[in-house]
Amino acid sequence: MSRIHVATRINGDATEFLCAPEETLLDALRNRLGLTGSKEGCGTGDCGACSVVLNGRLVCSCLVLAAEAEGAEIETIEGMAEGESLHPLQRAFIDHAALQCGICTPGILIAARELLKRNPAPSDEEVRYWLAGNLCRCTGYDKIVRAVQAAAAEMREG
Amino acid sequence: MRYLAPRTADDAVAALLAEKGPTRILAGGTDVLVQMRSGAVEPDLIVDIKRIPGLDRITREDGGWRIGAAVPNAALGEDRDLRASWAGVVEAANLIGSTQVQGRATMVGNLCNGSPAADSVPALVAAEAVARIHGPDGTRDCPVAEIPAGPGKTTLKKGEIVTSLFLPARPRRSGDAYLRFIPRTEMDIAVASAAVSVELDAHGRIVRARVALGAVAPTVLVAEEAAAILTGTQGEDDVLERMAEACRAICRPIDDKRGTVEFRRSVAGTLAKRAARIALQRAGGQS
Ligand SMILES: Cc1cc2nc3c(=O)[nH]c(=O)nc-3n(C[C@H](O)[C@H](O)[C@H](O)COP(=O)(O)OP(=O)(O)OC[C@H]3O[C@@H](n4cnc5c(N)ncnc54)[C@H](O)[C@@H]3O)c2cc1C
Ligand code: FES
Ligand code: FES
Repeated sequence: MSRIHVATRINGDATEFLCAPEETLLDALRNRLGLTGSKEGCGTGDCGACSVVLNGRLVCSCLVLAAEAEGAEIETIEGMAEGESLHPLQRAFIDHAALQCGICTPGILIAARELLKRNPAPSDEEVRYWLAGNLCRCTGYDKIVRAVQAAAAEMREG
Repeated sequence: MRYLAPRTADDAVAALLAEKGPTRILAGGTDVLVQMRSGAVEPDLIVDIKRIPGLDRITREDGGWRIGAAVPNAALGEDRDLRASWAGVVEAANLIGSTQVQGRATMVGNLCNGSPAADSVPALVAAEAVARIHGPDGTRDCPVAEIPAGPGKTTLKKGEIVTSLFLPARPRRSGDAYLRFIPRTEMDIAVASAAVSVELDAHGRIVRARVALGAVAPTVLVAEEAAAILTGTQGEDDVLERMAEACRAICRPIDDKRGTVEFRRSVAGTLAKRAARIALQRAGGQS
């Protein structure tokens, strides 16, 4: 089978890989590049566990072909902390126990960061609507919303 | 399967024509990838149109808007002028899926996927949107209403690609709205839906109306009688009631676990009535 050569940037680093034409970006990230932070919950765009940022837009990487990443700018959960220092959202999720099994967490963190970039002071309702495509079977969402609000408050103070 | 990302619409058309097996055009992929994964479609060739220059842009033309086929729905909501003039169309497109889906899904993909419940389609039909199509015989323009041909089917011929949608200029006193019924508040497929677009004269009288219904027939329905009932009125309560009945009369819905025939029919009329009220308000009329 013919392989496609893809040159892309992931979390700021130039990256190249070979993929099959039908391979998803999620599979390429996980299986070829060892970036296993993005999870597969459903593979059909419903759960958001695979969320990444592609050219500035939040997307489900299970609904992107790996070949589409050619020349693109991709941000994944692996790029969220700066070295040893966690992103305020990551800290807030730990402090507020906004995760249990953690499968949904990378996707929710990436999605929440994109929300706060666009809207630094969202209402609870805005947080819930923005995260409607991120399913969590453990927490019941309340703690997630509280953690996002705590991080937002901290980030607003600078 | 092969994956191609041609740099011109001509190259894309040629690649689609040359392939003997099943093909799929790839826009946002939020239908195509789901269908590939379930095995519902097994294309031999995927033609990604997102590298064709200009398809990712919204441009002004003759006072209206030309929306490239690769523009994700999230970008529609970010365009203030578009949102102000065609609020109903933008609302409908922005109802599709989650934030993540919005980052990829396109209105053209919604249209060409051929789902009777596609959210942006009734709004586009009420807006009298026109699709620009590039194909083996060159370029043609076709009203959006004439593209759906039944569940999963369109009137597009082999090798034809929709390159953009055109939304006409809006006169001063005009407005549109789209409403759908879903059992939840987010992330669900319409059980019934309605879109209404109106233009008013200086006295608040409706001089032009378009009503379209979704999810109540194999394709989107243009409710001509309902529009005729609105025209010449100010959208008074009894007029809206008659308009809703005219909508119900043309519904040919399916019966399934998401809604019975009677329910879908009744809800479609009610949604049309409510959408008409919102459209009238946006146009600066009464009610
Ligand atoms: C989680 C989730 C939720 C969803 N919720 C909704 C919803 O609430 N309402 C709704 O209506 N839909 C919903 N959808 C379906 C889907 O997101 C929409 O139909 C979307 O608009 C499709 O656009 P796309 O660009 O992703 O299309 P694609 O998947 O790229 O293409 C869809 C179809 O159109 C064809 N096509 C694409 N572009 C062109 C073109 N330029 N010319 C000719 N043919 C073309 C493709 O070949 C394919 O057959 C949902 C999907 C998911 C995964
Ligand atoms: S794995 Fe992509 S949305 Fe669930
Ligand atoms: S913590 Fe388990 S799914 Fe969210």
